[in-house]
Amino acid sequence: MPSRIISAASSSAASPKAKAPAIAVGQRLRLWADRLAPAAAFVALIVVWEGASRIFAIPSFLLPAPSAIVRAGFDVSAAQWLSNISATLRVALMGYFVAIAVSIPLAVALVNSRFLSRTLYPILVIVQSTPIVAVAPIIVVTLGASDLPRVVITFLITFFPIVVSTVTGLMATPEELIELSRSLRAGRTREMLHIRLPFAVPYIFSALKISITLAIIGAVVAEFVAAEHGLGFFIMFSTSFFKIPQAFAGLAVLVALSLILFRLCSLAQRWFVPWSLPKSAR
Amino acid sequence: MSEPSHVIRFADLEQTFGRDDGSAVTALEDVTFDIGRNEFLAVLGPSGCGKSTLLRLIAGLIFPTRGIVSIYDMTVTEPRDEIGIVFQRPTLLPWFDVLGNVTFPLRHKYGRVTAEDKVQARELLTLVGLSDFASKRIDELSGGMQQRVAIARALLLDPDILLMDEPFSALDALTRDEMSFELLRIWSERPKTVLFITHSISEAVLLADRIIVMTARPGRVREIINVDLPRPRSIATLSEPNFHALANHIRGQLFSRVA
Repeated sequence: MPSRIISAASSSAASPKAKAPAIAVGQRLRLWADRLAPAAAFVALIVVWEGASRIFAIPSFLLPAPSAIVRAGFDVSAAQWLSNISATLRVALMGYFVAIAVSIPLAVALVNSRFLSRTLYPILVIVQSTPIVAVAPIIVVTLGASDLPRVVITFLITFFPIVVSTVTGLMATPEELIELSRSLRAGRTREMLHIRLPFAVPYIFSALKISITLAIIGAVVAEFVAAEHGLGFFIMFSTSFFKIPQAFAGLAVLVALSLILFRLCSLAQRWFVPWSLPKSAR
Repeated sequence: MSEPSHVIRFADLEQTFGRDDGSAVTALEDVTFDIGRNEFLAVLGPSGCGKSTLLRLIAGLIFPTRGIVSIYDMTVTEPRDEIGIVFQRPTLLPWFDVLGNVTFPLRHKYGRVTAEDKVQARELLTLVGLSDFASKRIDELSGGMQQRVAIARALLLDPDILLMDEPFSALDALTRDEMSFELLRIWSERPKTVLFITHSISEAVLLADRIIVMTARPGRVREIINVDLPRPRSIATLSEPNFHALANHIRGQLFSRVA
């Protein structure tokens, strides 16, 4: 019995001796099952969806089958996809990067100045509490027909989580390090650059991950209101012509885009600031 | 020998803190004592007796409501270079390796770290017993090792005065004893004036030349005790009758008037 336990332990450490006993094979299978579980669940969902729409003959304008969605996706030319994707991506990323460029310095200012945090913070909360979808048409009227209103709408949806998280991170710095900094008479600027901002990096990255998906939402909302291209426009356009499978194809591309951007954010954190991740996630 | 015998002096010190509701709390009252050159002085007392306030007063991080805190007979009006601080938690920077953490005070103060500084930092790492750990990440170190790094960091600017705020209280009991002896060794190799805040009686008796026993709320000096145990002290010190006599005496002092 003890020998079996030992062999199981050694094979779980990925020993190159491939001819492992039966117990190790079982363990490996379980490992793979665990790893494949998300993909398997996804595939199962698609299969059930496809089966249900065929068996119950669900009309495609109610809920198109996955196969119909894929077919509709291929009916649209690659050039058309590309122009729509790049339009949405451009607006989303511009809004996102403007949000980062504004939010982090703003958070630094809020932490540094009691006056600013007493005056600006309530206004920020009011802006955040305003349904941007409701404001979007007004912004389009005010700023005219260009990328500008779309970028502004994306920015408004994206920036708040970054401000709040960055402020939280800047305030979460251990008091002892601030005292160390003051005992060295290093100055407020160095305190911010050498201690507070690095300490906020994990907080900033969790906000960046939330905000990148919000940026896609922002871009689509803006395109719903006013646009001649982009995936949001594409979905609106398809729906108004009752091309529901095509609208779903647009939706699928949007989801994929969002997932890819989220993943890129995670990878950027792992590449540039691995220390900010918990040990298990490196 | 024209230098004054004392390095740090507290005279008629009173410290009150304002609360948000407008009332004031007296943290320290009538505190007067000196700390001599290269003396190891422990401040012992219950929670809330203002021990850490004393440390922050010397560090120039706060200023007394009344009375005087002076270093070399100069009133403390701002943080000074001759001070190194070790806190209760190591509070190292996870984005630097061990060496980067030791050299951090120089990087932070002057904006750059020279090759000489790094040599000096490596010497300090050898002193605290971490010569092989210079390029390790912080989360690869145990709690005791992290506190050793914090001690090396505090020694980087070669301060005359080392302020230690319950530096071993977050460690497990075994590591704590080990670190006490390590600190004594480091102190004998690099003599400093040490102010050691603690709430452990045995730690204070084992380490210090003198112990200031404080009362709680407001913090006052209850008694100043000379620890006449011979140096160098070792594990054998812990079983000396004198050690127990002193520890028992202090315990009696601390619990004599239970509020």
